[in-house]
Amino acid sequence: MMTQAIFQLEPLGCPSCIQKIETMLKRTAGVESATVLFHASKVKTVFDPKRIAADEIRTRIERLGYPVLAVRTA
Amino acid sequence: MTRKIHAHKKVFLFLSAALLLTAWLLHLADLDVIRQGALLTSTAAASIPIVSRALQAARMKLPSIELLVTIAVIGALAIGEYLESAVVTFLFLLGEYLEFRSLAKTRSALQELTDLTPLEARVIRSGDILTVPAEDIRLGEHVIVRSGEAVPADGKIVSGQAELIEAALTGESIPAFKKIGDLVYSGTLVDHGYLEVTAQQVGADTRFARMIELVEEAQESKSRAAKLLDRFAKVYTPAAVGLSILVYAWTHDPHMAVTFLVVACPGALVIGAPASGVAGIGSGARRGVLIKGGDAMDRLARTDTFVFDKTGTLTEGNPKVTDIKTFDFLNIRELLRLAACAETASEHHLGRAIVREALSQGITDLTIPADVRIFKGSGLRAVVDGRSLTVGSRERMRADRIVLSESVLRHADMREREGHTIAFAAVDGRLAGLFAIADPIRADAPEALERLRRSGIKTLIMLTGDNRHTAKRVADQLGLDEYHAELMPEDKAAFIENLKARGRSVAMAGDGINDAPSIAAANIGVAMGGGTGTALETAEIVLLADRLASLPFAYSLARATVRNIRQNLWIAVGTVLLLLIGILAGSVHLASGMLIHEASVLLVILNAARLARYGHRDNRAAQGVQ
Repeated sequence: MMTQAIFQLEPLGCPSCIQKIETMLKRTAGVESATVLFHASKVKTVFDPKRIAADEIRTRIERLGYPVLAVRTA
Repeated sequence: MTRKIHAHKKVFLFLSAALLLTAWLLHLADLDVIRQGALLTSTAAASIPIVSRALQAARMKLPSIELLVTIAVIGALAIGEYLESAVVTFLFLLGEYLEFRSLAKTRSALQELTDLTPLEARVIRSGDILTVPAEDIRLGEHVIVRSGEAVPADGKIVSGQAELIEAALTGESIPAFKKIGDLVYSGTLVDHGYLEVTAQQVGADTRFARMIELVEEAQESKSRAAKLLDRFAKVYTPAAVGLSILVYAWTHDPHMAVTFLVVACPGALVIGAPASGVAGIGSGARRGVLIKGGDAMDRLARTDTFVFDKTGTLTEGNPKVTDIKTFDFLNIRELLRLAACAETASEHHLGRAIVREALSQGITDLTIPADVRIFKGSGLRAVVDGRSLTVGSRERMRADRIVLSESVLRHADMREREGHTIAFAAVDGRLAGLFAIADPIRADAPEALERLRRSGIKTLIMLTGDNRHTAKRVADQLGLDEYHAELMPEDKAAFIENLKARGRSVAMAGDGINDAPSIAAANIGVAMGGGTGTALETAEIVLLADRLASLPFAYSLARATVRNIRQNLWIAVGTVLLLLIGILAGSVHLASGMLIHEASVLLVILNAARLARYGHRDNRAAQGVQ
């Protein structure tokens, strides 16, 4: 079963952030898909909860330099 | 580490600015040795956030603008141009900061909406009134909303009444009165009154949250121009590096090569078109016009022919039964009850009018119909209390082999000439009576159509499943170019396909289920907000306020947005050309090149931000008239 999680970031400034975050997440094991909504400053991810936790994804996004303000899992 | 650097980017910006100023003062004081030191420190301060970003991206094997700047700065330092390196890094940081500030402006329209999301709710739990976060409301729970508060969930009013401002959802600022049994939506405000509401949709599932999500997705979806630019930008950065190496090989002038590298950054080109799209879409959303993406914006702007459904689009879609005629074996009340029972299964306007009429006459013992078959655009067949019922148009009667006598047809014809729509009702295979139903034209229709024409729409066409007489009356009153009546849903779609084949760019506005095929067939579909779910999903433009007046607004907004994108492209391309010529002519240097480059980026964003306020003046003027 795949889980969806949406991470709310601080407002994103440069369009290159999109590529950075998406590439990093897509290379992360367990993450099925990742889309950055640039103008909404959100990251939508679909992942396998058996292989990676939403918290781990959050840490990775933050390590890249983007503080996560809120997480919503569905 | 990176996180800390970026959180304090402003500090680095200040530091480098202060050092630059110091260097200038030192220069005035002829202390050039210390001046060089100040310039180097300034470069270093401003470089920290830039280089850290560049490294980060490089680790992921991604090219970045920061990387170009880093290379340029190293180059400038290598040839001893400390002033240039300091100014370039400073300008880059300053530009980024200003870009960020002005980007926020293009996003402001949606932000204002998002800010209306209710955060807290008062719920009744085991007899107590508790304040909880809005997303923690449980389904079916009773929520209390008082004057001045926002409704925190979608639900049905179980007690109380209130005037509600639904502007967040529809852009409509005139309050709507709601009472027990009515639906209220999250994000709307209780102007005055008191409500107790059973929560039916909570948090991310509310209509308001879904709308915001749609707008967010729309803002990400790119117009054709933006997609093209994206592809372009991918090859552009490596190409710029390659070209600057060529420039160096040619001129052996490292200074020119480095300058070339910096000004060739595709800043304005990449950010211009999306910024316009975001501002335009956001501006629409705030006025109750949902535009699902830049591509939809493009196609709406290109429209030259508008096609309308009649009922619910040009007319109020709230038809009323004005007369019921019965024949021999059933009285009016009994016929009304049977027809209303059958029509409870229908989503059609006329069907709903019959149900409403029954309810308003105090007929509430409606039974659930069995074996319902709905024939889109012509009527339905059902079994009610063991009797077989057919309700619908002439065609439906003919199809079910119900005999319509000469005098019945004459009566129907007369009513139709008066602008009524006739629904025939047959019970057990015999015509039992007919309903005359009238549906007034929307009050804002004449002005809305007039404004569409003034903004350049050439042809206005109405398609309807309704009879010829009613159609003609509506078309005449509104001065339409063409109308076509008694059409089935597939006829409407075929008509639109035909228009498209003749080279027209067609927008179709409608609402009911029988519009979905033609909305899908058109170049761009517009759904009126009061409409059914199907049309809302099929259409790429949704008028949430259910006002026809939103249509000319949406159209001129789309045109303005496309115009804005074009302006931004010219600004961007023009700047790059100007810079390249300047560099080759030797009159643009690293620092001035960076300045012009950043200025062009800011210019396109600020140009786009104008759209975020689009229609504001318009609005005030309209209110002034009232």
